[in-house]
Amino acid sequence: MIFNSNKSTKNSSFTAIIIYFLIFLWVFVAAFPFIWTFWGSFKVELDFFSISNWTNAITGKNTEQTYGSPFTFIGYHGAWVQEEFWKAFINTSLVCFFVVITSLTIGTLGAYALSRSNFKYTFWLLIMALIFRAMPPITLVAGYLPPFFEWNLWGTLPTTIIVLVSINQPFTLWMLHSFFQNIPKELDESAKVDGCSQYQAFGHVIVPVMWPGIITTGLFSFLLAYNDFAVTSMLLSDENRTMIPKIAAFLGTTYTEGNVMFAVAAVVSATVPLFILIMFFQTKLVSGLTQGAVKG
Amino acid sequence: MKHKTFFWFILPTFLAMFFFITLPIISVTIQSFHTPHENVLITVENCDPFGCKKATSINHEATQKLKKNNPLGKYVGLDIYFDRGHLAIEQVKNLWSNTNNFLEFLKLTADLPFYKALFFTLTFTFTVTPIMLVLGLLIALGVDSFNQKLKGLIIFFSLLPMIVTPLIGSIILFWMIDSRGIVGNFLQILFEDPGLSLKASTFLTWIMLIVYGVWHAIPFSFIVFYAGLQTLPKDQIESAQIDGANTFQQTIHIIIPHIMPLITFVTLMQLMDNFRVFEPIVGFNAEAHATSLSWIIFNDLGGETRQLSAAATSSILTIFGIIILLSPVLIKTWKEFEFKK
Repeated sequence: MIFNSNKSTKNSSFTAIIIYFLIFLWVFVAAFPFIWTFWGSFKVELDFFSISNWTNAITGKNTEQTYGSPFTFIGYHGAWVQEEFWKAFINTSLVCFFVVITSLTIGTLGAYALSRSNFKYTFWLLIMALIFRAMPPITLVAGYLPPFFEWNLWGTLPTTIIVLVSINQPFTLWMLHSFFQNIPKELDESAKVDGCSQYQAFGHVIVPVMWPGIITTGLFSFLLAYNDFAVTSMLLSDENRTMIPKIAAFLGTTYTEGNVMFAVAAVVSATVPLFILIMFFQTKLVSGLTQGAVKG
Repeated sequence: MKHKTFFWFILPTFLAMFFFITLPIISVTIQSFHTPHENVLITVENCDPFGCKKATSINHEATQKLKKNNPLGKYVGLDIYFDRGHLAIEQVKNLWSNTNNFLEFLKLTADLPFYKALFFTLTFTFTVTPIMLVLGLLIALGVDSFNQKLKGLIIFFSLLPMIVTPLIGSIILFWMIDSRGIVGNFLQILFEDPGLSLKASTFLTWIMLIVYGVWHAIPFSFIVFYAGLQTLPKDQIESAQIDGANTFQQTIHIIIPHIMPLITFVTLMQLMDNFRVFEPIVGFNAEAHATSLSWIIFNDLGGETRQLSAAATSSILTIFGIIILLSPVLIKTWKEFEFKK
């Protein structure tokens, strides 16, 4: 807006060109690595990492020589069937589903209470949550391991789900808290005047209007669970691995066995759900990112 | 809301945070003062017709008993904090007295594992944060002048580097900068040096990680600032234009003050997130040249040995670091709260 409004001067049209160039460069830098890797995932290793000629990665010269077509699904077959990436995919789905459901359920109740109470302990609870939010989750893992080993809880999906829910609660609480702050208090006050208890007011008045906030927070809970590497790789046993720790494990083994394309295919496979997520929920994600900022 | 109602609403989330955040912090603190029991050794003299031999073996029974009676391990106070893998007091003292100038001292200190990680973590945090703020603001200002349809497309692609799993993002970039990958290839041609490898030098590895950090973080500042620009006071900008202010002056005097709260917010979030830098080090396979605080904790926890005490000590030191880093903000919040009272 501000760059269009005074095009008359020579100086600012020059600025505009720089700005357009910068934006173009950024979009390219942001998108190109993904497009490149997606394209390359259908090639053989000699094309994806081409020593002789980089255009081979685009044309797929060696792929055509080997398989008769410039595209091959050999990497995907290797990752999903041979290395059983489908198991990791199922594990990730289970973890994400239960983390989102549980986080939202207990987070909604807690955040609602925090937004409707003015006592001093409310402030301190929110500050505690902020400090917990600032701590890297990996610092807690040394505290989880001894009891988990002792009680044979280590390595299973339910344990990891509960841990992920808990370490994401501070974030969930803050985000939902700011959403509830935007829902006028008069709404539940008037319901209480009409004879509802606080629980009934919550159920009948707040629940119907809170869905936009819940969906946005749910998206971020999903991303936290889906993207986690440090905690899940420490808490899950080999057979219960989710996709991200599985990919990290791939890196170690496939380099030595010369199956790098398996890892490339797995990486692309794990990116696709996120791509779809952004496509459908772009505006929700943007509003979620700015929510905390606008309130703060 | 009544205390009792509040209690029931907050209970589930409170329990979750109490059992899986508060208790682990306490447990980590206790573990950092203890070291695992050493095996109890016994020396037995075996005599046979050819003479007597002394053999040392582990007394399993006594070891088990010791472990059972004292499951935390041996109390060692601050020993682990001061050992070579952490604050390395002894080594630092030696270096201090044996080095000629401060630079040499710093250089040698940076070889100690904890300080190596600390230096990288701080460098990463304090380079990525300002760069992403400036670039994010420039992009937000620029995108504002595009039409609605293009904006949607730009935002879609912009979100990718941030939303995509950090480990995956760094692996993808790592493959590209590989000497056989497209960027690595391109750089070799550009500098006419076929042997150029970004992975071989410490300096280039740091640059690479910082570039990744900026790439990953720009979308956040861009999106937040872009949202802030939508609420810009138009009349102020118009009157500034009438007064002959150029684009740069408008940015400095009107736009930046207007979005100052957002800049503070983004800075705060970025300091937190960059201080825990970890995934790119794994993704870029860079641990030979760069380690971070989170990485040394992860490294101690993993593998066959699982050095819990060492990891616990690093964890506590990291938490201290983040508290020091955020103390200005915490003090400010507290003062505001006191002021309101």
